[in-house]
Amino acid sequence: MKKHIFSLTILLALLTYDLQAQVKPGTLLIKNGTILTVTKGNQENSDLLIENGKITKIGKGLTAPAGAKTIDAQGMFVMPGIIDAHSHIAIDAVNEATNPVTAEVNVGDALDPLDISIYRALAGGCTTSHAMHGSANAIGGQCQTIKHRYGGVNPEDLRMEGAPRTIKFALGENPTRVHGIGRGVMPRTRMGVEQVMRRSFSDAKAYDEAMSKYKAEVASNPKALPPKYDRRLETLADVLKGNILIHCHSYRADEILMLMDVCKDYGIKSICFQHVNEGFKVAPELAAFGASASVFADWWAYKFEVYYSTAYNAAILTKNKVVTSINSDSGDYIRHLYHQAGKTQRYGELSDEEALALITINPAKQLGIDKRVGSLELGKDGDIAIFNAHPLSSYAVPQYAIVDGNVEFDRAKDADDQRLSVDPVKSTPSFMQARSRHDHDRCMQGVFELMNYLFQN
Amino acid sequence: MKRTIPILVAVLLLSFAAQAQVAKAKKGTFALTNASINTITKGIVSGTLLIQDGKIAALGANVSIPSGAEVIDCKGLTLYPGFIDGGTSLGLVEVSSVDVTVDADELGDLTPHMEAITAVNPNSVAIPVTRVEGVTTVVAAPQGGRFPGTAALINLAGYSPDAMYAGFKGIVMNFPTAGGGFFDRRSDEERKKDEENALKKLNEYWDAATLYHRIDSAAQTNREVKVAYNPEMAALAQVIRGQMMLMIEVNKAESIENALKWVQAKKIKKVVFTGVAEGWRVADKIAKAKIPVITGPIIAMPTRESDRYDRAYANAGLMHKAGVKVAIRSNDTENVRNLPFNAAFAAAYGLGKDEALRAITITPAEILGVADKMGSLEVGKIANVFAATGDPLETKTQIKHLFIGGYSIPLDSRHIQLYQEFLQRSHAGEK
Repeated sequence: MKKHIFSLTILLALLTYDLQAQVKPGTLLIKNGTILTVTKGNQENSDLLIENGKITKIGKGLTAPAGAKTIDAQGMFVMPGIIDAHSHIAIDAVNEATNPVTAEVNVGDALDPLDISIYRALAGGCTTSHAMHGSANAIGGQCQTIKHRYGGVNPEDLRMEGAPRTIKFALGENPTRVHGIGRGVMPRTRMGVEQVMRRSFSDAKAYDEAMSKYKAEVASNPKALPPKYDRRLETLADVLKGNILIHCHSYRADEILMLMDVCKDYGIKSICFQHVNEGFKVAPELAAFGASASVFADWWAYKFEVYYSTAYNAAILTKNKVVTSINSDSGDYIRHLYHQAGKTQRYGELSDEEALALITINPAKQLGIDKRVGSLELGKDGDIAIFNAHPLSSYAVPQYAIVDGNVEFDRAKDADDQRLSVDPVKSTPSFMQARSRHDHDRCMQGVFELMNYLFQN
Repeated sequence: MKRTIPILVAVLLLSFAAQAQVAKAKKGTFALTNASINTITKGIVSGTLLIQDGKIAALGANVSIPSGAEVIDCKGLTLYPGFIDGGTSLGLVEVSSVDVTVDADELGDLTPHMEAITAVNPNSVAIPVTRVEGVTTVVAAPQGGRFPGTAALINLAGYSPDAMYAGFKGIVMNFPTAGGGFFDRRSDEERKKDEENALKKLNEYWDAATLYHRIDSAAQTNREVKVAYNPEMAALAQVIRGQMMLMIEVNKAESIENALKWVQAKKIKKVVFTGVAEGWRVADKIAKAKIPVITGPIIAMPTRESDRYDRAYANAGLMHKAGVKVAIRSNDTENVRNLPFNAAFAAAYGLGKDEALRAITITPAEILGVADKMGSLEVGKIANVFAATGDPLETKTQIKHLFIGGYSIPLDSRHIQLYQEFLQRSHAGEK
């Protein structure tokens, strides 16, 4: 018994320690690599120094501070850690698919630091991602920008401190299928989606006015009555004020135009369209509004609303001056975003700089974190990916992923079997059928169970 | 009335003009000169490749160009044989989430007589999208159930399935497996039991097919013996007789071992394993049985949470190293064009560039028994050829000329048309 109490105490101590601990930023020197800064050209045979998690020097002949780790990147390519503006890894829940509007929920409350997908993303050079709510609802939940600090048990370590708040919106087939067809409530059509947005914004505006009025009144009248607290409307009021950035799942040109019109009416200026397969059709309108686009490299035809799309989407958007990124929306694709970016050279002949911007500085801008990450510049976070060939080559193999100066992935040290301990008797873990490509819309994860429930009842 | 005639003439002329804008495949004699020619099987040679009567008529440094041939200067370009994808749903599925456009999956467990070639839509929008990236030939395979149907090899050009048919058919079988999908909530015991029952059922089908084969064989010599119409059994009997290849889809290591035993027990003569996601776990055994594999997609997740992140990339290389004959497939529909990139990943993670290139050209041709017709650039083979600005496994490379069955194929697809229309819109959006 005593032994148990002892173990328990140790365990508790470890847990408390871990919950308080923040991952310590590292110091690291990378030598002799080809440095692709993305924003300020390339530097061959150069070094890059990270001190306490920040890039402090880029140049030749740098020396490591005492005790600092060094990576010899001779013959390798050093680029900013890849950023994915749309993923669903590292979260326990994706869709709160019970109402067309669920602005009050936040996937940041369901972070899963043990998700193997984080490690696999690192193995593809991806160091930051946007863990998003799903696309079941016209107005979904709030999202969380995370850094891939892997290996701890504290969900708080994943949060990118200071990253702007974001929220998921969704247009088209997913919300109309889930709510209109599945639950018999508006929206059943793209017309309905517009009205759900307008009513929500109108309610939020009224709520915010009532709250402001109360706050002014309560100063002179302590007995003033506040409006009934409503976290959903409070969140949407923050959207109206520009405190929360909209990231909207969308496909068709008409619905993209619709949301920009609604945003104009409510004075909302910042919006990033996600997937946006038909963005290329309204590229001038997106550019004029100042909206950005986060797209797939080549997904199309897996459902009707993406049948009339083109793999040249990213190139057309880029050449029309829309800030564009390439995202994964998938635990598979997040591992090879560099390859997805390379496809814009096949489909539209983008330059190396343009193609690399799609997975670095551009998604950083879309998430409002471009002062911190997305390029190799002095003062920025020490988030790095190192490849054995140019990262846009189909043959490139990521060698290291570094977050805040800490090496989170090192291919040379990567084990064949990732289990912490292998039980020789019960040694075979179950076979997980690799998710087929038609499951790739992880945006709808968590909805199927709900639909089954609904149709059974 | 008089006035209407010039109008009619104008309308006719206009419609001709409109038609003339549609690029069509063109038959003829083509001399691709000054090219670097990657024959795949006989090294890289410089010179001319001559296409005549749908075939490669000559290639090399000293090719005499017949008068009337269209000369295409391929300076700076490399010629490759059209890529072959050993497993797709191309032509059978248009929009996968719209049921009425999905013709890959017939009802029933035992439908080996369903002919994929019947349902191939020659006008699928995905076909031009695929071929302009150098993939000229694919296996269109049915899916679902134990015996979903008969797969067919097709060239990606032609106005009818018949014109597209490229000389190989195989009967698809999904090998019974205990492996569950992501949403499989069965217990391990339930899975095991289901697997055993499925194997029992499979053996019943096979016993029936063997009986059919014996009756049908007897009927060839004995007019007294009558054979009832039984297309399911007639289809399987072709495998028993060694006239048709059995394409066994199997992915889990344990199931691969079971499939090896089953093939041996049933003495299947012509067989290929497809999928084979965990082939690396049992590669020696596959090699020993001398069964070739068509594996893919390569750009995929590991099959188990505990596996190294790159196992799917490395699988083809590991099997090749163990001595397995390995071809690569995309297992895709609308993005079969990613076949060369799947090969690139296999190359980078152990297969090597040369072998990866073979895995989407001559190796699948050999496995499917059509190596005398395609899979390399050799005199007498079908002129499935494309010209690229560099290594076609690199995303940066552009495809500049394409020939399928000797036809010059326009480099046009819906994706390209949308690019051309929308790169610089003529209409700014004003009313």
